[in-house]
Amino acid sequence: MAPGVARTLDAFVTKTVTPLPREGNPPPRIAETESGMLNSIGLQNPGIDRFLAVNFPRLAELGVPIWVSVGGFSAADYAETCMRLDHQVAVATIELNLSCPNVEEAPETAAELVAAARAVTTKPLYAKLSPATWDVAESARAVAQSGADGLSLINTIRGLAVDPATGRPKFARGAGGYSGPALKPIALACVQSCAEAVDLPIVGMGGVFSGGDARDFVSVGASAVALGTVLFVDPWAAQSIRSELAHELTAPLTDRQPLGHESVSQPSP
Amino acid sequence: MNARRERLPVVANEAVGPYTLLRLERRGLEPGMPGQFFMLEAPGRVLPRPMSLCQAPPGELAFLLEAIGPGTRALSTLDAGDAINVLGPLGNGFRLDVERPLLVAGGIGIAPMPYLLETLGVGVPAVLGFRTHHHSEAARLVPGARVVVEPRLVTELVPEEPHDVLACGPEPMLEAIRALAPHAQLAWEAPMACGYGACYGCVVEREGHLLRLCIDGPVLQGAA
Repeated sequence: MAPGVARTLDAFVTKTVTPLPREGNPPPRIAETESGMLNSIGLQNPGIDRFLAVNFPRLAELGVPIWVSVGGFSAADYAETCMRLDHQVAVATIELNLSCPNVEEAPETAAELVAAARAVTTKPLYAKLSPATWDVAESARAVAQSGADGLSLINTIRGLAVDPATGRPKFARGAGGYSGPALKPIALACVQSCAEAVDLPIVGMGGVFSGGDARDFVSVGASAVALGTVLFVDPWAAQSIRSELAHELTAPLTDRQPLGHESVSQPSP
Repeated sequence: MNARRERLPVVANEAVGPYTLLRLERRGLEPGMPGQFFMLEAPGRVLPRPMSLCQAPPGELAFLLEAIGPGTRALSTLDAGDAINVLGPLGNGFRLDVERPLLVAGGIGIAPMPYLLETLGVGVPAVLGFRTHHHSEAARLVPGARVVVEPRLVTELVPEEPHDVLACGPEPMLEAIRALAPHAQLAWEAPMACGYGACYGCVVEREGHLLRLCIDGPVLQGAA
C-alpha cells in the first residue's frame, strides 16, 4: 500500500539514510498526545550500501521525483552519503536532515554540514532545520551562505510523554520528536522569518492536515508543502489536500470555505 | 489485499461485560482474514487505533474494545448514527491451513477469536483466560470455549497433546504459549501510527530481525 500512497505525491522524501545501517530506537516508538504525536524511531535505515542496492531502485520506479533524506553524526557522514548519491540520476534532491531530535547530533553546525555536502555534490541541497533555536532565520542565512539550494521547514520538536502507570517517560530515550497539528503555528512562524531572511525556495511542513493549512504555508512564503503525520491518519490525504488547496488558491479570500460545505462558492479558474 | 478507507456509520455499541462491541456498517470495506486489523478513527484524537476484526455479520464489521485510554474511551462511547473513518483490512492474519487448531486468548485478546472461530468452523476448541468474572462475560462471543479466571491462567487449559495453536493476548501470555507450542501463531500488538508500513513505529525484534508488526504481522509464527 505504501508505494500507492507515494504515487499520490508530487515528490517523495525518503526516510533518512545514514552511512551505516541503524536499528533505530527500542520500542515503544509511538506515543499520541493531546494535539499531536511523538515518535522515537531513531533513524532506522539499512545504510547507504543496502539503500542503493535494494530500496532506491524500487523508489526510482515509482514515477515520482525522489528526494533522499541524508543524516549522520559528523560532517564526514553527510559528505560520504551525498557523494554516493551524487551520480544517481534518479535522485531529484538531497534533503539534509540536520535536526533529528531522536539521535545524538553531529558536533558541527548546520552551516558546516551543508558546506561538507556542497563540496561533494551538484544535486539540489535542501537543509531541514530545527525550530528549536534562538533564531531560525540566522540558521537559514548561514546554510544559504554555505550553498544550500532550499530549506525544509520544520523538523519535529523534542517532546516527552509520561506513562501514567509508571510515572516514567514512555520512550526509553525519554524525549522523542513531536509532530502533528500542534506544530503548525510554530512552523508558520519559522517559514515566515526564513522567507524574509533568505532568497531560497522553502518546503513548509508541520501539521498540514487540510488545503487551508497548506494555503497558510504558501501565504507566508512556502513554495511547496510536505505531509507527514496526516498520512498516518489518512494515506490518501494528498489527494484531498491538493484539491482543497486548488480551491483555496482560486477562490476570492472572503469566499473561502471548506470544500463540501453546502454553500461553497464555485471557484473561477 | 484491498485496503480501503471509508466513513462507516455506527450501527450500535453494545456492552459485553466491561468491554464494548462496536458495530459499524461495512459499506465498501472487506472483512479480510481473521487476525487482520483496521485503523479506526478515534473521535477527538490525532491518530487512529488499530483493532482486529471481532465479527463480520452480513453488512457489518464489529470490533471488541476495552476502554483503556482516551482513544478507546472515545470509540466506546460512539452511538448509533455517529460515523468514523476506517482503513483496512491491514496486515497478515492467521494462517488457516491447520490440522488441529486450538484457539487461546487472554483478556481483550479474545477480540479476533469470534471471527476466527466462525471462519475455521464451529467445534474448534478454544480456551480463554480473564482477570475477573466480569471480564469473562465476553466468553459468550466464543461458544463452547473453556474459561478460567485469575489467579488461574489460560495456559493451564492448553492440553498436553500437540495442537496448532492460534493465540492472542497480553505479551506474558504469548511468551508462555510460545514456550509451550513453539510453532504457535501469535497475534501481537504495538503502538502504531500508520498501519501500512510507512512510519516504522511498531517495530519489534524477533530472532535478530526487526519486524514491522503492521505489515510483517500482527500474526507471527511463534518460532519465527
